[in-house]
Amino acid sequence: MADTFTTTFDQAQSYVGTRTVRPDGLDKVTGRARFAADFDLPGQLVGRVLRSPHPHARIVSIDTSKAEALPGVKAVITRDDFPDQSSEFVPAGEMMMNYRDVVRNVLAREKVLYEGHAVAAVAATSVAIAKKALKLIDVTYEVLPHVIEVREAMAPNAPLLHEDLFTVGVEPKPDRPSNVAKRIEIGHGDIDAGFAKADVVVEREFNTAPVHQGYIEPHAALASTSEDGSAEIWCTTQGHFIVRAHCARLLGMDIGKVRVTASEIGGGFGGKTVVYLEPLAVALSKKAKRPVKMVMSREEVFKSSGPTSGANVKVKIGAKKDGTFVAAWAELKYQAGAFQGSPVQPGVMCAFAPYDIENVKVIGYDVVSNRPKVAAYRAPGAPISEFAVESVVDEIAKKLDIDPVELRLQNAAHEGTKAAYGPKFGPIGLEETLRSVKKTDHYTTPLQPWQGRGVASGFWFNIGGETCVSITVNEDGTVSLMAGTPDIGGLRASLANVAADELGVPYDKVRPIIGDTGSVGFNFLTGGSRSAFSGSMAVVEAAKQIKDDLCRRAAKLWEMQPDQVEFVNGYVKPIKENDKAKPMSVADMAKVAGKTGGPIGGVGRINAQGAGPSFGTHLVDVEVDPETGRVTILRYTMAQDAGKALHPSYVEGQFQGGAAQGIGWALNEEYIYGPDGKLQNAGFLDYRMPVASDVPMIDAIIVEVPNPRHPYGVRGVGETPIVPPMAAIGNAIEQATGIRFSELPMSPPKVLKALKEKGLNKPVTGTGTNGGSGKHKH
Amino acid sequence: MARVVLVGNLVQITGGVAEFDLAASSVKQLFELLTERHPPLGRHLEEGVAVAIDGQIYQDALHEPIAPDSEVFVLPQIAGG
Amino acid sequence: MAKHHVTATVNGDEVEFLCETEETLLDVLRDQLHLTGSKEGCSSGDCGACSVTLDGRLVCSCLVLGCEVGGRSIQTIEGMAAGERLHPLQQKFLEHAALQCGICTPGFLVAGKALLDRNREPTETEIRYWLAGNLCRCTGYDKIVKAVMDTAAEMRRG
Repeated sequence: MADTFTTTFDQAQSYVGTRTVRPDGLDKVTGRARFAADFDLPGQLVGRVLRSPHPHARIVSIDTSKAEALPGVKAVITRDDFPDQSSEFVPAGEMMMNYRDVVRNVLAREKVLYEGHAVAAVAATSVAIAKKALKLIDVTYEVLPHVIEVREAMAPNAPLLHEDLFTVGVEPKPDRPSNVAKRIEIGHGDIDAGFAKADVVVEREFNTAPVHQGYIEPHAALASTSEDGSAEIWCTTQGHFIVRAHCARLLGMDIGKVRVTASEIGGGFGGKTVVYLEPLAVALSKKAKRPVKMVMSREEVFKSSGPTSGANVKVKIGAKKDGTFVAAWAELKYQAGAFQGSPVQPGVMCAFAPYDIENVKVIGYDVVSNRPKVAAYRAPGAPISEFAVESVVDEIAKKLDIDPVELRLQNAAHEGTKAAYGPKFGPIGLEETLRSVKKTDHYTTPLQPWQGRGVASGFWFNIGGETCVSITVNEDGTVSLMAGTPDIGGLRASLANVAADELGVPYDKVRPIIGDTGSVGFNFLTGGSRSAFSGSMAVVEAAKQIKDDLCRRAAKLWEMQPDQVEFVNGYVKPIKENDKAKPMSVADMAKVAGKTGGPIGGVGRINAQGAGPSFGTHLVDVEVDPETGRVTILRYTMAQDAGKALHPSYVEGQFQGGAAQGIGWALNEEYIYGPDGKLQNAGFLDYRMPVASDVPMIDAIIVEVPNPRHPYGVRGVGETPIVPPMAAIGNAIEQATGIRFSELPMSPPKVLKALKEKGLNKPVTGTGTNGGSGKHKH
Repeated sequence: MARVVLVGNLVQITGGVAEFDLAASSVKQLFELLTERHPPLGRHLEEGVAVAIDGQIYQDALHEPIAPDSEVFVLPQIAGG
Repeated sequence: MAKHHVTATVNGDEVEFLCETEETLLDVLRDQLHLTGSKEGCSSGDCGACSVTLDGRLVCSCLVLGCEVGGRSIQTIEGMAAGERLHPLQQKFLEHAALQCGICTPGFLVAGKALLDRNREPTETEIRYWLAGNLCRCTGYDKIVKAVMDTAAEMRRG
């Protein structure tokens, strides 16, 4: 029996800010939810990719004839199946892409530029046949010398990846190509004068190893094409509209002929904002005239999808005796991978962003090298630059004997501060997060020997962007909400909270789904901490349309003017009480929808502006084991400004998840290349991400300094959490050992080596006791 | 006149000139005026920039109004992960 | 090479399938029995997304061959709820928001249940070490551990 609505509505019930159970939760805890690899179509073929074994080589020839002749092989594709693209920046959704690079990353053309670079692909009737077919493809390579590390790639005689790459941003323009795609610079004031008046100057150099986003779900796509040239794609992606744009462009199709459905996504963190398998699956399906399903192995994910940059960073900060920062300089060199486009630009802009500094200069270099083209990873660029800056800030605090939180508070950016990258900040919550952390009892808990405490702050700009949300009121008063940004971690719950409050309906009567590209208007991808911010804005807009419409309909029913009717707390009612016009709920109006004009709905179509930055401060206690060099995270507290937490559990979830990724980046994760340019740790055993026993509970404090540009005050929160952890942990290790680590990760072999160099290590005892517990003297 | 500052590499296209006083009442007009003064800028402004007006960052917002005393920064586009 | 003919019990139901020697139990569950709740994250037993129990023992189904399970009993995530009644652990995961993207959730639930079936009063440390074979990249494990602790407490209350 269907639920009936009562005519009384509990005015006090508000969902925004409460911990509702997510609507997609049941499917996820029962195994029903379908991720990309869980879809199948009748007649589908298995697609597999042939990948380069060499980090750098010219492709002399590709012969697919033997593979094509193998029974069971229905299609083979190479670079010849993709038209070349000219070198120009073209809008793909809201991003500008150089499709000349994209088409080459999807399938190599003149050269292979990294181990794992896709060279050809097959579609066959079984896995076994597909594997055999790959072996039958003959590729003749002319192996070239390779270069990976960023400083090596910048050296004058480094192997050259692209003969037509001339550094942009240097004067005079270079007449010889190099691996440096771009030099950028921002700043204001006079840093020489600034350093001249500093009482203390700290200059440090840091090197960070490349890391991967580490999503547990490998890339997967299923494509089906039809005779009129249209295609349907199911894939795991952060942006199905972007997938549509890329596939249409690469294969010369009308955008309207490509329909992409985003499956549930098993993690992305920025790594699923680009295409790898999708264009290949479509091309294979066109050739084979059957659906083609492609799934990456874990090894392929590590070798062939976009991890983040390794980098070299130099930072120099000058301060007066009283702690005022007077000058700040940094030089960042980031790996872009095989094609230009590292996140060095945001890295440059974020480096000193938390501080109000009179004289700033930051220089950045975007450098190509023979590893996969980097893709975004949660606040791209910022974790690296802010790791370096926050480590130097910590050193200054120690040199001046000022509490590290107080030093940050003294120099903190606040409303009206001119950001290092130019504009003045609106209201922001950095100071609140610093104070929150300082007030915790974590801050003052006594430490034992070999333990240390570190603090660091961080920030991300956050973005808005094109968003379309469609809300429909069904005949029984339930509400269908269709959003268009894949739900990575709680979006549907957050939007349902907002829709329920806006329309005054119970939360469980709102059913949110993520629509495919054919069902809902254009949405920019889920990323940039935008989906809850923009999505909720669009929900408010769509709800407003519905409320206005309900007022018009009620006015007709009551034979009044629309301006005599209002919508309050879930009811349309006459402004002046009237016996003949009883208040009607959304459900009541739904019953008479047909009689009053037709289906009830609204569409919020916006390009959300006004995203507010989110600042965070992290506090961590570590214990260093002098026998093994292992660093244990004892305690972790973090405070971050969410503006307004639409759903506190999922805001906390973003905080904790980002912090855990930062812990991995700080202590263990790295791409390990051999001298042959090949990846040695392309699996979860040796690419060591944090597991449950590596981390303690992560205390997440939600600070709310409302964003005045959002109807609820929301700020995006997803990215900032990964920015402070590495420096916070490095600062804690410094306190525990007296050693400042300038290389990431601070893994046990590196820590132990540094301890040994200072004579601080303890020889391993035969009893195998846990060296970290109990009292030890330095 | 709005005070307009170019941030980052755009400054190289203008031969080092980073600051302008321009009578622009919208982002669209601002781009037109900048391109008039430095034609090579036009392509870059099209390729993707963000514009901060009095501290608020906008992307793809050609019709956003600029007040006579606004402070405007032209920034590289910001995305995310 | 002839395929193997295997009969086994999955979630209490008798099943029958043919498989190649090299096909893993995970392949069989997903591709043949259409039980896609167990996920493939790495195929090398390092991520736990494919966790099932085999005769009551927690295993990575990507490390078990399909032809090894003849006559044996397998429990997957699909068998965890009793009809419409969720297992308390499933319910607690929802209440504690112990999942974000959800890809690792089936593995954690199977592993968590296997722990609670053996140990009704696990400490936080015991839970963390038991679940160290399951990778999660979204949550930082905090809410997962809290959900398991809360479930244990509730199950002890009966």
